[in-house]
Amino acid sequence: MLRAITLLGFAFLYAPILSLVIYSFNESRLVTVWSGFSTRWYAELLQDDQILGAAWISIKVATLSATLATVLGTLAALALIRHGRFRGRPALGGLVTAPLVMPEVIIGLSLLLLFVAMDNLIGWPAGRGVLTIVIAHATFGTAFATVVVQARMVSLDRALEDAAQDLGAHPLRVFFDITLPGLAPALISAWLLAFTLSLDDVVIASFVAGPGASTLPMVIFSKVRLGVSPEVNALATLMIATVSILVLAASFRSWRR
Amino acid sequence: MRRLVAALPLMWLGLFFLVPFLVLLRISVSEPAIAQPPYLPLFEWADGLLTMTLNLGNYIFLAEDPLYLFSYLSSLKIAAVSTLIALLLGYPMAYAIARAPTGRRNLLLMLVILPFWTSFLLRVYAWIGLLKANGLVNNVLLWLGVIDQPLVILQTDFAVYLGIVYTYLPFMILPLYATLSKMDGDLLEAAADLGARPAVTFLTVTLPLSMPGVLAGSMLVFIPAVGEYVIPALLGGPGTLMIGSVLWNEFFLNRDWPVAAAVAIVMVLVLALPITLLRRIQAQEES
Repeated sequence: MLRAITLLGFAFLYAPILSLVIYSFNESRLVTVWSGFSTRWYAELLQDDQILGAAWISIKVATLSATLATVLGTLAALALIRHGRFRGRPALGGLVTAPLVMPEVIIGLSLLLLFVAMDNLIGWPAGRGVLTIVIAHATFGTAFATVVVQARMVSLDRALEDAAQDLGAHPLRVFFDITLPGLAPALISAWLLAFTLSLDDVVIASFVAGPGASTLPMVIFSKVRLGVSPEVNALATLMIATVSILVLAASFRSWRR
Repeated sequence: MRRLVAALPLMWLGLFFLVPFLVLLRISVSEPAIAQPPYLPLFEWADGLLTMTLNLGNYIFLAEDPLYLFSYLSSLKIAAVSTLIALLLGYPMAYAIARAPTGRRNLLLMLVILPFWTSFLLRVYAWIGLLKANGLVNNVLLWLGVIDQPLVILQTDFAVYLGIVYTYLPFMILPLYATLSKMDGDLLEAAADLGARPAVTFLTVTLPLSMPGVLAGSMLVFIPAVGEYVIPALLGGPGTLMIGSVLWNEFFLNRDWPVAAAVAIVMVLVLALPITLLRRIQAQEES
């Protein structure tokens, strides 16, 4: 009984993904009627300038925001785990967990209103586009990065840092020589998570993007609202393949250790 | 130096997460206008005094038009039902994973997390191909002879439930797994030795001990589900009322920013209780 439900649950999680992959190789435009194996949608995808342009914007936004989020998240985790009690601690603790559960429509709308108000008041950020999306994504990315880095930092052996400090190493040196290498796996996970979340977000980006910049999820969303599109299936397959290879490689490495 | 470590993230999140809420609050009590941006100035200088006009009209508007009340209630209902289904499906899965031998446990956990790394938008989109009139689900059911007419599944509330459960199932499983795997196996054995039947042991030992996981998982599904926009937009029908979609339409179609802001503020108030509950569980887990 337990087994059956578990199997059913996993089938439920994976069947839709599998169907996307299978139908991306379908000849017919009618996504659900199988009419023979073909890679034509991949060829069309590679010639679709709108999708390629949006993908490029998305990769830029995701790289920048994930990097910012990892730096800010590491600092936040450091303060929360290593600094004991300080005045801003409750505020910081609340601010890093709130974005995790806040509905996206609220984050998107409130950030847009802030950007518009700031633009009117101080002239920055002038207009909306890549910069405002990066800021928005870095903000919720920071929350996720903090959680990931925090989890690792708790299990890190403090004795090494204490020893280095006792031997006279400057706190910065202790951080870069001992703490940071120990955190490396978590920093990579945090960056990848923030990158993935940025690459996936359609709601917040739609609010803060303005008319100039369209990210990949925004283009996909406007395409699929009109119905299924085999090109999107091909794109999905490429993205799923990339992620699966990365995740499998990462877990294979951690298993071998 | 030490100060800067905490100050940087604090300032960033303060400016880009906390301050936006204050702006949201301010604009929810401002007057809509045909202008760019579409509301009257927030502050005005008159006779050397800085004045701020507060206008509760947007909230009165929300209270008077039953569409808004229905949308909030319907969102809460859809989120609650989806959370319950996710719990009923997620609990046995988390239980099976926690009881599995170590090697397989890691594999199963990875299988739960993996979909989270692949695009949420594309995974929801996949359901359109499965659920539509000539989609895979209908074709299989027709082929099996279960039905002789394609069922209308896409663009119904049912499809929205399905989409929410599907999307948020990992959020339910992971906290459940965390509490279930920490549970002391001796307790279960003791109960069995004392003659309790498995069902009794489950109801009197396992379930009460896993309550933190049940609550945390439920809140992690319920809270984002209430404000969900993409799932009802792709899978729901014209009759699907969800407050996330109402907010989206107020903003993008009606361009009524003050009303959209008021809708958002009320949503935050509605969600304050479950968010507080979640924070309390998480704080307890930490200590």
